Amino acid sequence: MSIEYLGLDSINGPLVVLEGVQDAAYDEIVEFSVQRTEHKLGRIIEVYEDKAIIQVFESTTNMSLENTHTKLTGRSMELPLAPEMLGRTFDGIGRPIDGLGELNYVSKRDVNGNPLNPVRREYPRNFIQTGLSAIDALTTLIRGQKLPIFSGNGLPHDKLAAQIVRQANLGKANDEEFGIVFAAMGVKHDVADFFRRTFEESGVIDHVTMFLNLADDPVVERLITPKVALTAAEFLAYDQGMHILVILTDMTSYCEALREVSSSKQEIPSRKGYPGYLYSDLASLYERAGIVAGKPGSVTQIPILTMPNDDITHPIPDLTGYITEGQIVLDRSLEGKSIYPPINILPSLSRLMKGGIGENYTREDHQSVADQLFASYSKVNDARSLASVIGEDELSETDKKYLKFGERFENHFIGQEDDEDRTIIETLDLAWDLLHILPRNELNRIDTGMLDNYFNKGR
Amino acid sequence: MKQLGTIYGINGPIVYVKGRTLFQMSEKVFVGTEKLIGEVIALTNERTTIQVYEETSGMKPGEPVFSTGKPVSVTLGPGILNNIFDGIERPLKKIAEQSDEYIRRGANVQLLDTERKWPVHVTVEVGQEVIGGTIIAEVPETKTILHKSMVPPNIEGRVVEVAADGDYTITDPIVKIQQLDDSVVEVKLAQEWPIRNPRPTRSRYESSIPLVTGQRVVDSLFPIAKGGTAAIPGGFGTGKTMMQHQIAKYSDADIIIYIGCGERGNEMTEVLEDFSELIDPKSGNSLMERTSLIANTSNMPVAAREASIYTGTTLAEYYRDMGYDVAIMADSTSRWAEALRELSGRLEEMPAEEGFPAYLASRIATFYERAGLMLNLNETEGSVSIIGAVSPQGGDFSEPVTQNTKRFVRCFWGLDKALAHERHYPAVNWLDSYSEYVGDLSAWYRDNVSSDFVDNRRQIVEILHQESTLMDVVKLIGSDVLPDDQKLTIEIGRVIRLGFLQQNAFHPEDTSVPLLKQEKMMEIILYLRKRCKMLISMGMPMSLLLREDIFSRIIAIKYDVPNDKLDLFDKYKKDIDDFYTKIMDINA
Repeated sequence: MSIEYLGLDSINGPLVVLEGVQDAAYDEIVEFSVQRTEHKLGRIIEVYEDKAIIQVFESTTNMSLENTHTKLTGRSMELPLAPEMLGRTFDGIGRPIDGLGELNYVSKRDVNGNPLNPVRREYPRNFIQTGLSAIDALTTLIRGQKLPIFSGNGLPHDKLAAQIVRQANLGKANDEEFGIVFAAMGVKHDVADFFRRTFEESGVIDHVTMFLNLADDPVVERLITPKVALTAAEFLAYDQGMHILVILTDMTSYCEALREVSSSKQEIPSRKGYPGYLYSDLASLYERAGIVAGKPGSVTQIPILTMPNDDITHPIPDLTGYITEGQIVLDRSLEGKSIYPPINILPSLSRLMKGGIGENYTREDHQSVADQLFASYSKVNDARSLASVIGEDELSETDKKYLKFGERFENHFIGQEDDEDRTIIETLDLAWDLLHILPRNELNRIDTGMLDNYFNKGR
Repeated sequence: MKQLGTIYGINGPIVYVKGRTLFQMSEKVFVGTEKLIGEVIALTNERTTIQVYEETSGMKPGEPVFSTGKPVSVTLGPGILNNIFDGIERPLKKIAEQSDEYIRRGANVQLLDTERKWPVHVTVEVGQEVIGGTIIAEVPETKTILHKSMVPPNIEGRVVEVAADGDYTITDPIVKIQQLDDSVVEVKLAQEWPIRNPRPTRSRYESSIPLVTGQRVVDSLFPIAKGGTAAIPGGFGTGKTMMQHQIAKYSDADIIIYIGCGERGNEMTEVLEDFSELIDPKSGNSLMERTSLIANTSNMPVAAREASIYTGTTLAEYYRDMGYDVAIMADSTSRWAEALRELSGRLEEMPAEEGFPAYLASRIATFYERAGLMLNLNETEGSVSIIGAVSPQGGDFSEPVTQNTKRFVRCFWGLDKALAHERHYPAVNWLDSYSEYVGDLSAWYRDNVSSDFVDNRRQIVEILHQESTLMDVVKLIGSDVLPDDQKLTIEIGRVIRLGFLQQNAFHPEDTSVPLLKQEKMMEIILYLRKRCKMLISMGMPMSLLLREDIFSRIIAIKYDVPNDKLDLFDKYKKDIDDFYTKIMDINA
């Protein structure tokens, strides 16, 4: 029976200090009981001899220096795990909230996880077709990848993520081996409802585990939500052999919670008030994607973050981009042209695509076509800015062709219906159709042999 | 190992011991009941501060701290190559054998395999006078590299006993040396060396030989010398890692030490998989046979990230001492600087710029100064070249890590977001980048490649600068209004950018290009320019010239001329002459 301590020595925002404790361990979970009625959880974030600094996961409202009983649990934060977690909904720290009762847990695991040993990883090479041309052709999603969506407020990132979930062929035809883990951090109720509805409509809801920390839930709890979700994902992937797609939304809320706690700990801030360890902290989440050699499952991550003020150099998208294997960037001006999905392909990137495309995976011309589309589309922008200065009529013939190419590319290649599911072959053929708008000698990213093969083919 | 204190406080990777203790500065200690590895980083009357190289969750005040009496060191000996280690030289394959797919803390493994027997050829005799650095034995460490075991730098004396040639482990004594004070020491295949101390050498040379990388923008435009330093700064997605991989694969260094410092786990796996399969053209064996990887991925403990840079550098210096040319790829030094910042923040030190500690610049300087072409203690020559990636925050080169790095490196390969967006790789910006080695290496290029190389290089750089100035005008008024000679400069600039600077890492011919082909490519582009200039000076309009496909054919040379068929260039020269005659005939 562990000792209960009555009272606290200070309360400051989400942090409380308890003195006179014995045997407190760093990173240990503690239980509070306020007035003997309300129960809260906390984590020891610093410990000095007999003094522990504890971060409370829920709000510290109602806690006083006198009315709180504290109990050490002797363990770090753990999540109970069960295969039946699929199809269930939990709160931000992993307690079921769907009224379906407790689960039959088979194991428990530390939510912090451990770093995967690089010698036991398998380099991801399996192409996931999403049916979206801009993603499949240019920022290919690979099983075991972490590919975030950089968005802004009001842009259709949720709709895009939902379409990826609907159309991505994650598992094999029998569909028994795939699952989705959805973690909401500080998102609005209607966003959570939108995802739930989408999962229901597409009939995958039995394969979805939801962890919800909504906008009005306690901020500090948000720091645990992605860890809990990824622990569940790792269990389902590596122990149960499933292909798991994890959607984390919104990472910006997570980082803001981290900043809030950091400033109440009076830590020295680095950029924009975010703590210096933001990179390490984000990495400990994102790096939990991957494939383990010799095990059947995989964890693929699609984190969603809203760039504050659409600024891609803001610390959150910036540090994320340095950790993740590429990014899909949504753009407000494309949205303004009513193009869906409004993916700005130039800053978008998939680092793993080189290993998962080409002859044995998609088609031999994939890499060259992608390079050429990037190169040609970046020229479109040059032609457009020139046209805005000297007028379209004054442009050279080639530049006029670029304008035409750009317009068709945005509307017919990037743009598609929200239920349109294109195969990769359709996507690549469409790309060749568009490249025909340009003169052949402008296509300098494509090997001469390949141009002979595909350019003018069937024309 | 004896206990010298008990834990008083824990704050992330920082642990405090209360009171005045007998610990030494930079001493390696074992912390807590799980004996996690740590290092003493500050000592005062009130408390001792220790950084722990592993996750400290669950540790409690009151647990013991043990002293080792030695600084944090690495073991140097056969078994380093064709291997992958964590930030403090623990072999990841052994850790994987001991536990599962995760790296759990407290893994207790030998740094180098102490059971494996190596075939040893002893190269000293009884009675021979030896000094630190004298090679005592040779071991075929991998198919590619002959390992030379040396007398540790601090030992000097006369050999009194040698083992016969045969199979030995790294802990078996090979020779016994009677030192000047008559004490006898055993020297083994392996030795220890503290990671923060540079290994001593006799003297430093100015380097006049390039590290040939097979990458045109590096070798021809911004070359690095053997023993030189270079920085690759660039925002995310600009291709830093890709460029490091290319140099690690194709450079003519004998040995590559690849330090993955706070980067992605999948990237280390990729290096491991790729390098094991790829064949080193020089030796005919797999690239891993000459490579050692240090992996501290971004989710591994932050204190070990700070150490990983020093661990890698010490390994490199050890092979340099044998007389090899070693190249270090450090990806990324910004993560190392951020580890310094994180630890500094936890120590509540006064921050300087952007929260980085004030000693950032001096730490960066001491790291890059460990590079160099050296005369070793044993009179061999060896070099350590350092190529460090920098990940500037927000892609902004004015931040402290980039700026401080720029002060201490002599090559700067600035990667450009706009180039990366149009998939121009390697995205080295030819206007911002520089190499201070061009002058030092000119003589070598003249003697070994071509007498025109340096001059051609200069002309190419000039054209690129002219083109950039003209492009500013074109952006405002379009290219149609320019005079024909300026249109030509723009067109030749385009040929250089697409046909020469851009290099396709996935194309079998283009991924690495020998210096001679690089020279021929420059020559043919300049020849085309010369011929076009003559036509234009005779009043032929540029639009007429552009009707011919010669420009796009010159651009495609990188794919169409195989690296071993350089005589094809004569045909291109003839094609340019034909093009010249044709235009002349039409307009005669």
